[in-house]
Amino acid sequence: MKSRLVMDEKGIERATARIAHEILERNRGTEGLVILGIPTRGYGIALRLQSIIEVIEGVRLPAGAVDATLYRDDLGIKKEQPFLKKMEIPIAIDGKTIVLVDDVLFTGRTIRAAMNALMDFGRPRSIQLAVLVDRGHRELPIKPDYVGKNIPTSLKEGVKVRLQEIDGSSEVSVIEKE
Amino acid sequence: MRFKSKDLLGIEDLDSQDIELVLSTAGSLREVSEREIKKVPTLRGRTIINLFYEPSTRTRTSFEIAAKRMSADAVNISVSASSAVKGETIKDTAKNLEAMKPDCIVVRHSASGVPHMLADYLKCSVVNAGDGAHEHPSQALLDMFTVKEKKGTIKGLKLAIIGDIGHSRVARSNIYGFTKLGAEVVVAGPPTMMPPGIERLGCRATFSMEDAIADADVIMMLRIQLERQKESFFPTIREYSMLYGLDEAKLKMAKKDVLILHPGPLNRGVEISPAVADGPYSMILDQVTNGVAVRMAIFYLLLGAAKE
Repeated sequence: MKSRLVMDEKGIERATARIAHEILERNRGTEGLVILGIPTRGYGIALRLQSIIEVIEGVRLPAGAVDATLYRDDLGIKKEQPFLKKMEIPIAIDGKTIVLVDDVLFTGRTIRAAMNALMDFGRPRSIQLAVLVDRGHRELPIKPDYVGKNIPTSLKEGVKVRLQEIDGSSEVSVIEKE
Repeated sequence: MRFKSKDLLGIEDLDSQDIELVLSTAGSLREVSEREIKKVPTLRGRTIINLFYEPSTRTRTSFEIAAKRMSADAVNISVSASSAVKGETIKDTAKNLEAMKPDCIVVRHSASGVPHMLADYLKCSVVNAGDGAHEHPSQALLDMFTVKEKKGTIKGLKLAIIGDIGHSRVARSNIYGFTKLGAEVVVAGPPTMMPPGIERLGCRATFSMEDAIADADVIMMLRIQLERQKESFFPTIREYSMLYGLDEAKLKMAKKDVLILHPGPLNRGVEISPAVADGPYSMILDQVTNGVAVRMAIFYLLLGAAKE
């Protein structure tokens, strides 16, 4: 299994710092913003964005987790059902601007599921999408608002994100399957 | 991430990993019932039949609500309205229900082993909602969930189960479950209600309630089945209540942070005093709330993946 390093801890830090600035620029501050990450590593990146924004603006935004598993479109098709993770919506999301965070954007199906999950919790004013890596191959009309790095991949490859606080070390690598 | 079996028939067949999987899945699903919109689309298009040959409010409603919160369609059949009264055998009833293509049949019956028999006949999943004096796995799972949530872990806890051990499927399932997760289980009740050899399930048995509840972390009171009273298992209800009923005086013998469980329905003033049932240590209504989450987890684990 060949593996190619595309981002190290420094690279991830720079990308998330830029995304944090872009979020603040686009929304003209922190008013009404809620950051929600998709477990496990999307949630990790959401927490990083929360602390970067706190350093820049002095405001600690509400952050939480959206587990999209119960809304997936491949349940009942896959041989095994995925392990359920926690849903943590810290405040009522009606009228809020949600920044949805995931580590890797691929087919877009997880994001579709996460948006459906969010709609069951209320009616946000808008949902924006931030991803650390966009690897292409979308199967649904979904486009990220903030991208850490565009990494063109083939379908034979996989993208693996590791974060210090979850995996003990940070890196993004492209793995060639077989 | 799925059960080895298509069915949930008893805790005896599960290992500690299976049990932990149900508990952690239920932990994630509990939040659904706290929402404004209490429904997730996960089991859309699945059909669940509740086939109850014994009366039940709590368990049947809990299974039905769990199915509906997962977006499955739930159909309830109770024996008084079924063709069993016209003489149809259980096997024929089940075969006919299966011909309507359900994905799961939840069955309760007064005879031990009925769910196991149906599981052999049917291709769909079978969930045991209580079979005779044998097992009541979903009840034990919600009891373990409730205790684990409050105590953090089950390992090393002392559980006392008090009452009619002989007739209790709740006791049996809980003895299996709590011992598999590393708790110490002591059962106590009058000699007429204590089945010989119960220790073989992995618990300790005593006739003294005081002995059982001393330093207990969890006390599970069983319902005295007053309808069985004509069989004379004890002289009077008053005597039973004095010896084996839980009141505030006896409660002092347990640990300070003891949890009180009861599978319901309560006989207030018989096995449990109203002050204890409604007191700060009582988890009785938490058990009911958690029951829905645990049953949602059971459906997710049995029906959430592709069929073989």
